[in-house]
Amino acid sequence: MTTTTLPRVERLLHSGPGGPTDPGLASHVALHGPLAVPVRHDPAWSDVLLAEVAAAGLTGRGGGGFPAAAKWESLRRAGRRPVVVVNAMEGEPASAKDRALLAWSPHLVLDGAELVAALSGARSVVVCVADDRDASARAVRLAAAERSAAGTGREVTVRQPPARYVTGEESALVSWLDSGDARPVLRVDKSVPLRLGRRAVLLHNAETLAQVALIARHGATWFRAAGTDEAPGSTLVTVSGAVRTPGVIEVGLGTPVDDVVRRCGPTGPVSGYLVGGYGGAWLAPEQASTPLAPGSLARVGATLGVGIVVALPTDSCGIAETARIARWMAGESAGQCGPCVFGLPAIADDLELLAAGRADPGAIGRIDERARSIIGRGACRHPDGVARMVRSALTVFASDAAAHAAGRPCAARHAPSVLPFPTPPALAGEAS
Amino acid sequence: MSAVISTSTTEAVWYMIRATGIVALVLLTLTTVLGLLSAARVRTRRWPAFAQVDLHKRATLLALVFLALHVAGAVLDSYVHVGLVSVILPFTSSYRPFWTGLGAMAVDLLAAVAISSALRQRIAPDLWRRLHWLAYGCWPLAMAHALGTGTDAGQMWMDAIAAVCIVAVLGALAWRVAYHRTTAAEAEQLGATTRAVPVRHRPVPTAPGRQAGQAVPRSRRSRPSGHTDTAPSATSTQLLERDPR
Amino acid sequence: MSTRVAVALRVRVDPVACEAYGYCAELLPERVTLDEWGYPVVDGTPVGAGLVDVAARAAAECPRRAFLLEEAGRTH
Repeated sequence: MTTTTLPRVERLLHSGPGGPTDPGLASHVALHGPLAVPVRHDPAWSDVLLAEVAAAGLTGRGGGGFPAAAKWESLRRAGRRPVVVVNAMEGEPASAKDRALLAWSPHLVLDGAELVAALSGARSVVVCVADDRDASARAVRLAAAERSAAGTGREVTVRQPPARYVTGEESALVSWLDSGDARPVLRVDKSVPLRLGRRAVLLHNAETLAQVALIARHGATWFRAAGTDEAPGSTLVTVSGAVRTPGVIEVGLGTPVDDVVRRCGPTGPVSGYLVGGYGGAWLAPEQASTPLAPGSLARVGATLGVGIVVALPTDSCGIAETARIARWMAGESAGQCGPCVFGLPAIADDLELLAAGRADPGAIGRIDERARSIIGRGACRHPDGVARMVRSALTVFASDAAAHAAGRPCAARHAPSVLPFPTPPALAGEAS
Repeated sequence: MSAVISTSTTEAVWYMIRATGIVALVLLTLTTVLGLLSAARVRTRRWPAFAQVDLHKRATLLALVFLALHVAGAVLDSYVHVGLVSVILPFTSSYRPFWTGLGAMAVDLLAAVAISSALRQRIAPDLWRRLHWLAYGCWPLAMAHALGTGTDAGQMWMDAIAAVCIVAVLGALAWRVAYHRTTAAEAEQLGATTRAVPVRHRPVPTAPGRQAGQAVPRSRRSRPSGHTDTAPSATSTQLLERDPR
Repeated sequence: MSTRVAVALRVRVDPVACEAYGYCAELLPERVTLDEWGYPVVDGTPVGAGLVDVAARAAAECPRRAFLLEEAGRTH
């Protein structure tokens, strides 16, 4: 195992000279320093913070990748007080970063939420944690209680929406908070903010807010000292698959994929990397030096997503894993739009047959065709993500796919999956 | 047929009232059946699916014309004392108040449906749908009115017409209920909220007057997976090992 | 007489409302085709003067108001 020569970036996962400390408020202040957040709306202070975060070039860490400061501009002069929503739903099964962040440093996340609330004049903060993540919910409640005991801060509520993939999607989450219906809403104009009742919503991923809390303390220049000019700052990545110590690490944006994997001790040769999530894309071993940054990944048809890298060992079958993902994602459709409801199971059917070596010769073409045809035809990006993942699989595992299609499936398809699924994907012909 | 005819009434008006009433009833039956079957989405080379809805609208329009004549005749006729007010306010006429009242109720509902449909683009879709549900009340009331008030009730030919209308509407209603049950079951199996049942077909025929597409027999999907004709259906044996986690 | 400014119009489908009736594809095949499940695939090319009336009719006919004719300038 080669040791990486890259400097360890430790900001969010900073633990100080003494090693990991407890996540309590006192340790947090001792480690990161205090943070003065105005209680009443202070336009001058807000301007400074907004300028700093804009200069830092912080982009959302929840998969969307939009400039964080851009969401704040339009809401600063809003009539009614907005609501700050912290998205810690982490619907991607292969991601553990938000969980890890809330366990390690919930106060950083709450600091960030406070800052955004102060900037926008919001009085309340709602933290959303999936209903099967009680540990995270407990950690946030504890931290919120500490803060209110210390007399600092705004009202923090913890809500636990149902743990499904699409519940973490922005509009679905706000819809659940508003009316209990956790399904995405068609948004023609994304610059119009989501609403909770009549109040505008400022929604951010938990990690994004933690980054804001650090920028507020250390400034834009400090933030840009990690990462690249194009993609500044650090990011949390969940690494799994063919590695000795899978888990969440912090790296500067722009770190090559293979360096990221090396940090976790690769266990052997790899047949591909799944980057971004189940709605992300596969990369071939030859593409391992691709930097983990939005621009570089986009150039190879991939996306940063929520910072997931799964190294697929050569004794796993890429086609079988892709079939499992497609089947699971089909079951996670909100069920609102025809192309997704009917297209995803059809693609999953074909992939399962292909994995089993029982597909007809036209299957590969049909899968690609269907995947292309569902892009952009849903209310949210769920079908788009699956389409991207599936099409990249057909490219990266092209020779495997051809062998499977010719009736020579690999034995590796029976190997246990290296991918996590909250509920095992239902097989073809069964109800999801 | 009533034996007493006032000398101040012309038989023509009396016949007109009955005739236009029967025609309106038949047209109302037709439009009700077309409305119930609108979910069927039948399409052929000469008959695009939207034509069915178009016909539904036109039949209603025609029914309204005959209904207007029927009502005008009833109001103008001096033998039956049906005032203009009783047309809209049920049970206020002095001629067979109950049965005429049913007709007035049918007129009220039909007016609500027709006006809301005319203003469809200007009102909320939900409001339009809820008002359109009133249409379910129109036909039974009209049929009851026809059988109760109608001078011709009891005559063979009138009974035959009524029987055909009743069978048609009940049949269409039964189909519609069964259709919704099937699509609801399929949608539940898919976890879908969308209520569409996709129709497998080749290119859709274009509207009449343009270049025609290929002929398309309508076929109902039998499985939710949407396989095309060339794909084999998945067997029920395990294709992949389940994830042990 | 006022000067008329040309506004580009486009058709669009609301995928949540759509229930695959298919009237839009029948009325406006120049812009809409149906996929294998009966759902519309829309061509976003602007609708010219010759097609505007038919497009407006298709939008009016949709039983679920899922087919929309709107200005091309809107963000999407």
